[in-house]
Amino acid sequence: MAEPGTSADPGPKFGTPGPIGSGGARGISVPADQPYGSWHPAAKALQERFGSEWISPFPLVVNRAGPTDQVCVRVPPDRLLEVMRFLHDDARCRFDLLADLTCVDYLYFPNATDRYGVTYTLASTSLRHRIWIKCFVNDPEPVVPSVTSIWKGANWQEREVWDMFGVRFEGHPDLRRILLWEGFGSYPLRKDYPVQGLGERASYEVLGPESA
Amino acid sequence: MTTDQSSQGIQTGQRYTLERDQQHSDRWVLNFGPQHPATHTTLRLVLTLEGERIVDCIPDIGYLHSGFEKMGEVHDINQYVTVTDRMNYLSPVMNNLVWHHAWEKLIGIELTPRCKVIRTIIGELARIQDHVLSAGASALDLGAFTPFLYLFEDREVIYDLLEEISGARYMNSYTRLGGLKADITPEWPAHVKAFLKRMPRTLADCEALLLRNRIFIERLRGIGYISRQDAVNWSWSGPIARASGVVRDLRKDEPYLCFEPNWDGRGSSPVDFKVPVSDMGDCYARFVIRLEEIRQSLHIIEQLIDNIPPGPVNVSPDEKLLLPDKTEVWGSIEGLIHHFELVMWNRGWELPVGEAYGTVESPNGELGFYIVSSGGRSAYRARLRPPSFINYQVFGDLVRGHQISDVVAVLGSLNIIAAELDR
Repeated sequence: MAEPGTSADPGPKFGTPGPIGSGGARGISVPADQPYGSWHPAAKALQERFGSEWISPFPLVVNRAGPTDQVCVRVPPDRLLEVMRFLHDDARCRFDLLADLTCVDYLYFPNATDRYGVTYTLASTSLRHRIWIKCFVNDPEPVVPSVTSIWKGANWQEREVWDMFGVRFEGHPDLRRILLWEGFGSYPLRKDYPVQGLGERASYEVLGPESA
Repeated sequence: MTTDQSSQGIQTGQRYTLERDQQHSDRWVLNFGPQHPATHTTLRLVLTLEGERIVDCIPDIGYLHSGFEKMGEVHDINQYVTVTDRMNYLSPVMNNLVWHHAWEKLIGIELTPRCKVIRTIIGELARIQDHVLSAGASALDLGAFTPFLYLFEDREVIYDLLEEISGARYMNSYTRLGGLKADITPEWPAHVKAFLKRMPRTLADCEALLLRNRIFIERLRGIGYISRQDAVNWSWSGPIARASGVVRDLRKDEPYLCFEPNWDGRGSSPVDFKVPVSDMGDCYARFVIRLEEIRQSLHIIEQLIDNIPPGPVNVSPDEKLLLPDKTEVWGSIEGLIHHFELVMWNRGWELPVGEAYGTVESPNGELGFYIVSSGGRSAYRARLRPPSFINYQVFGDLVRGHQISDVVAVLGSLNIIAAELDR
């Protein structure tokens, strides 16, 4: 890696991307005769490392064309860091990019058993595949270990989930609200937060010119 | 100064003035924004300065938070497309495209070849539109006004092209579930070809004005450097990651539309283009990569514009996804029932229960929607993966140690769109 400003040729070069990866392309067909996820190298590596009793890959959605190739794995919060560290380091996984971190409130979802599903979209820049990790937590104290020690890019995304859902991330270096202000009383993306009405705005004090 | 101490500076109720740091008497705390010409929209930086050198920088965002994701839970699939226009408003069609791309992945819809080609073309037009503005504006912020005007003239042409097919100039809302709002006009390919002729000339003018300009180069070279490892670890994607040497382009890695092999079912090969990368990782590299990506996008459009396949633009009406043609609605009882089935609030689409992540290579990086459907008429949860938000979190590290005037250069090179940043 050249230091800034030392490269002799400043113009762009052209990269040669590798073969097409799985986890997004519709071109990958899902074999129907094998257990789901057996074609996915990372899901297989996870099962070998942690045992297939509690690692069971499932498709994010079964649509009218059948199960998709977007593989999801459910991980309990107490083993999350261990699994994430393995996915980041192992040679068959190499998930060096945390593409997305979000949360879903399953309060009114049909047949849901847990409330908050923290969802990690992991991608690999070298092996070009993806995997989805779901970690479910519940009221009254939803806590998930922070993955900022593995991917620094989780920093603001975890702050956003804390801001919008009230899911706390243990071990986060600076867990403050990010889009809303400190002192905002509730978590607006929870399903029990109303879409209509004034909400907490009804109790705001009115500022006059002298208070500026 | 540690993060803990400096984060005190953005507690609620702090006054927006220049203040002397309490612990270090030679340091000053300066508020940059939320209203500043170089931030383009509303974002705030709390800078700790030692003379003109930046010791610490804390971004403070949220001034434009509008609850777009909550709105996605009440609007139906085709209504919400108007909201996606307002996210990254420099390239609204790209947001339309990814919203319906994610839904089509969730439902499992295969688009018609004509629709795929038109969507690819407008996607590349959106990329040019975005890069032209971000390159022009980052030059403008550094004092080079002329290239901005040159580039904006061509951007106007793209507005005209999109207006011709969608009817709207700025907020296009052009895509629909399983198709498009309307087919292209017969003259549209000729107008696009006229644009393809004029754009390279403007690019050459800008490069002649900027890339041999010593002042411009010295303002950008070595500024805001990030290594490849850090760029990946901070979840960077898109042109700014490629400027640090990350060879990753979703059009190649996880192809969609016409970037997919055999996209029309008749064995067509994917569209040919190259992925520009650089290993320099500074503001200059990001600027050069954007200009080169405009060229590659022009090349993609060139291949497709003469070969738009004939046939229907939307999926078959039998799939009960799109509103039927108006002549059908007024002329036949089936069409009328079909129309009412879709527009009545207690009917609508039959959606599968599940989740899907659809993503495209947007001008700013990986733009994705994580959609959860509980089978209702609208999404249960519509999460946007916002490239601006994720790219911006490392900003404090990028400007630390630089001069205060370099803040503007780095901000321009990252192309932060506050509407997408705060959503």
